[in-house]
Amino acid sequence: MTQVVVPAGVRHPRPRSGRARRFAPWLYLLPAAAVLLPIFGYPIYMLGLLSVFDYRQAQVSGGEPTSFIGLANYRTLLEDDKFWSILAQTVFFAAALVIATLAVGATLAVVLTRAGRWPRLLLSFAAMAAWAAPAMTGSTVWMFLFDADLGLVNQVLGIDGFNWFYDKWVTFGVVGATVVWHSFPFVMVVLYAGIQAIPPSVREAASLDGASEWQSFWQIIVPMLRPLITIVVIQSVIWDFKIFTQIYVMTNGGGIAGQNSVLNVYAYQTAFGSSEYGLGSAIGVVMTLILLVITLFYIRALYRTGERL
Amino acid sequence: MKIFNWVTAGLAVLTLAACAPSTAPQAEGGDEKSGTLQVWLFDEPNRAPKEKVIQEAIKEFETANSGVEVEVTYIPTTPARHEKFKGAFNDPASAPDVAEYGNTDLAEYAAAGGFADLSADVSAWSEGSDISPDLLQSATVDGKLYGVPWFIGVRALYYRTDVFKELGLAPPTSIKELAAAARKVRAEKPDMYGMAVGGEYTFGALPFVWDAGGDIERLDSAESREGVRAYTDLFTDDNCPPQTCASLTGGKTVELFASGKAAMGLLGNFNRSAVDAGPAAGKYAVIPLPGAKAGSVAPAFAGGNNLGVMKSSKHRSLAVEFLQLLAGRTYQTKMYGAMGNLPTLTSARDQIAASDEFLLPFLATVSAGTKFVPIDPAWVKIDNQKVIPTMLQKIVTKQATLEEATSEAATAVNAAFGRP
Repeated sequence: MTQVVVPAGVRHPRPRSGRARRFAPWLYLLPAAAVLLPIFGYPIYMLGLLSVFDYRQAQVSGGEPTSFIGLANYRTLLEDDKFWSILAQTVFFAAALVIATLAVGATLAVVLTRAGRWPRLLLSFAAMAAWAAPAMTGSTVWMFLFDADLGLVNQVLGIDGFNWFYDKWVTFGVVGATVVWHSFPFVMVVLYAGIQAIPPSVREAASLDGASEWQSFWQIIVPMLRPLITIVVIQSVIWDFKIFTQIYVMTNGGGIAGQNSVLNVYAYQTAFGSSEYGLGSAIGVVMTLILLVITLFYIRALYRTGERL
Repeated sequence: MKIFNWVTAGLAVLTLAACAPSTAPQAEGGDEKSGTLQVWLFDEPNRAPKEKVIQEAIKEFETANSGVEVEVTYIPTTPARHEKFKGAFNDPASAPDVAEYGNTDLAEYAAAGGFADLSADVSAWSEGSDISPDLLQSATVDGKLYGVPWFIGVRALYYRTDVFKELGLAPPTSIKELAAAARKVRAEKPDMYGMAVGGEYTFGALPFVWDAGGDIERLDSAESREGVRAYTDLFTDDNCPPQTCASLTGGKTVELFASGKAAMGLLGNFNRSAVDAGPAAGKYAVIPLPGAKAGSVAPAFAGGNNLGVMKSSKHRSLAVEFLQLLAGRTYQTKMYGAMGNLPTLTSARDQIAASDEFLLPFLATVSAGTKFVPIDPAWVKIDNQKVIPTMLQKIVTKQATLEEATSEAATAVNAAFGRP
C-alpha cells in the first residue's frame, strides 16, 4: 500500500487518498468477517457440496463409494410434485404468519404506550414469558391445550372429542397461533422502543392538528418507524419461512397424510429420515436461495425509496 | 485474462473434487480376548425386569471370561435410534460390539456395512439349528446373516369378553363378522369404538392387505386394493370416526383398548402388560385376526429384534460368545418370563406354549404363516416417508379415492426401490 503523505501543518486528519478510503471499510469488517465467514460460510459450502453428490447413509458409513452426480438431486426435486405443493403452502403459511405477527406485535406495542403502569408490566411480563419459552415446550403446552379429549380448550368450549388437528386449515390455524404467540414479543418490544423514541412533541402536534389515533399511527408512527419495521419484517419472513419445531411437534411430523408439512420439515425428513443427505441438502440450498432473494428485494426496495437501513 | 478465468474455474473444480464429502474410514475389527465389551440394548418402557435378566447374563459371562467386563447402554426405540446407529457406523470408536436392533431396520444397516456376517458362527453354534429357516431369513441380506433373531412379536385380535357377552356377540371368524361386531358395539355403546384402528398403524393395515393377496410392492393391484378397502372401511362414524382415528398410531390404538375405550384392537403379545394394567384387565381374550374367508387367519407381520455383532468390533469372538449366551435357550426363556418376548428358538417356544395359554392365539397366528416387509433399504425409506399411513389417511379423510391413493402409494414405493 502506498503511504499517504500528510502535509505538515495540517492538524485535522484529512480525507485520505481514494485507495485507502476504499480499503478502510473492509479493514473494519475484518474482525466480524473472521468470525462470521467460518461459522456461516463453511456450513453453506458443505450444504452446496453435499447437494451435488449421491450421498446417502451407505456413502456416509463407507458401505458404497460417494459419487458426483451434478444437478441430479435438483432435477429430482423440481420434478417432484410434492416439493412444489409443500413450497407453495410454506410460502402461504409464512406470509400469513408474518402478517399476523406484525399485526399482533404492532397493536400490542401501541397498547403498551397507552397502558398504565401495572397493565404494562403485566403485558410485558406475559410477552417476555412467551418469548423465553423454548419452541419445543411452547408447542407441547399448546398441544395439550388443544388435546381432543383432555384439552382445556375443548372443556371450556364444551366440544369434547373435537380433533383440532384433523382439518388441514384448522390445524394450520392452531399451529399458526402458537408460532405468533412465540414470535410477537420481539416485534412488540422493537416497535415499542421505536415508538418511545419518537419525540412526544411530534405526536402532540399531530393531535393538535386534529389527527385521530388511527391517522397518527399510519401517518406519523409508521413512516418514522420504517427502518425498524423493515428489520422486523425481514426477520419475521426468515423465521416464519424456516418454521420447523411447531409443525414437527404439533402435527407429529406433518399432519394427516402430510397435509401440514412445510419445507423445513420436508428437508429434515428427506435428509435424516430417509437418509437422503444429498437430496435434503438440495432442498436446503433452494431454501437459502429463496431467502436470499427475499432479502435482496427488500434491500433494493429500501434503496429505491431513499431510506437507509 | 480469459486464460486466467479458465484456470480459476479449473482450480475451483479441482478443489471441489478434492473436497468430496467425507466418508467414515472402514473400520478394521479385531479379536482381543480381554477388555470391555460394549453392548447396546433397547430401552423398553418397562426396563427393570429386562435389566435384571441382562445383569444375570453379564455375571455369568464375566465369571466365565476373566479380565472381561461387559458394559450395557440402553438406547431409545424411537426414531432417534437411527441416529445412534448411524453415529456408530460413522465413528467406530463410539460403536458397541454387540447391538440389539429391530428386524425392519436390518436392510438399511446391512447396506451401510455396519454389522458383521455371522453365517459361519451361527452354523457352528449348537443352538443355531433350533431357529427356523424362516426366521433366519428375516436376518439375512444377500445371503449374509447379519444377526441372530432374539425374539419375535406377533399381533392378534384382542376383544372384550364382557362387552361381547353383554351384546350376545360371538368372536368373529371373518373380516365381515369383525366389522359387523364392531358396528354393533358402537351402535349399542356410543362411548366405545368397535375396533380401534389407526391411520398411522402400518402393521395394523398390512395383515388385511396380505390376507387379500396383496403386497407392499404392488399396492395398486386389485388384491391390495381389496385389502386396503377392508381396513379403511373400518374408519367410519359407526366404528372409529376418521376425525379421531385417522391420526392414531399403533401405540394409540393399544391405549384405546387398554383404557377400555375400544371393544377390539389388533395388539401384540408384547402389549399384554399394558392391557393388564388398565380397566380392560381380566375382561379380554385373544384370537388370531380372522381373514376374509370364514375360519381363515390373516397373515401377521413377523416383527422382532435381532442381536448383531458390529463389523468394527475389536472383540469379535467375545462378542459372538456373549450374543450366543443371550440368544441361547436359557436366557430366551428368562427374557420371556421377564418381558413376554416370544423366543425364536423352536424348542424354547414349544416349552413355553405348554405352560402359558395366553400365547396360544399368537402361536396359532405364527403357524398360520407370517409375512415380512421387503428386506431392502427401500423399506426404511417407505417407512420414513409414511407412504402407507399417507395412503390410508388420504382414503379415510376422503382427500383421495382408494384408486388414486393406492396408485400414488405404489408410485412412491417404486421410487423408493429406484424403479421407474
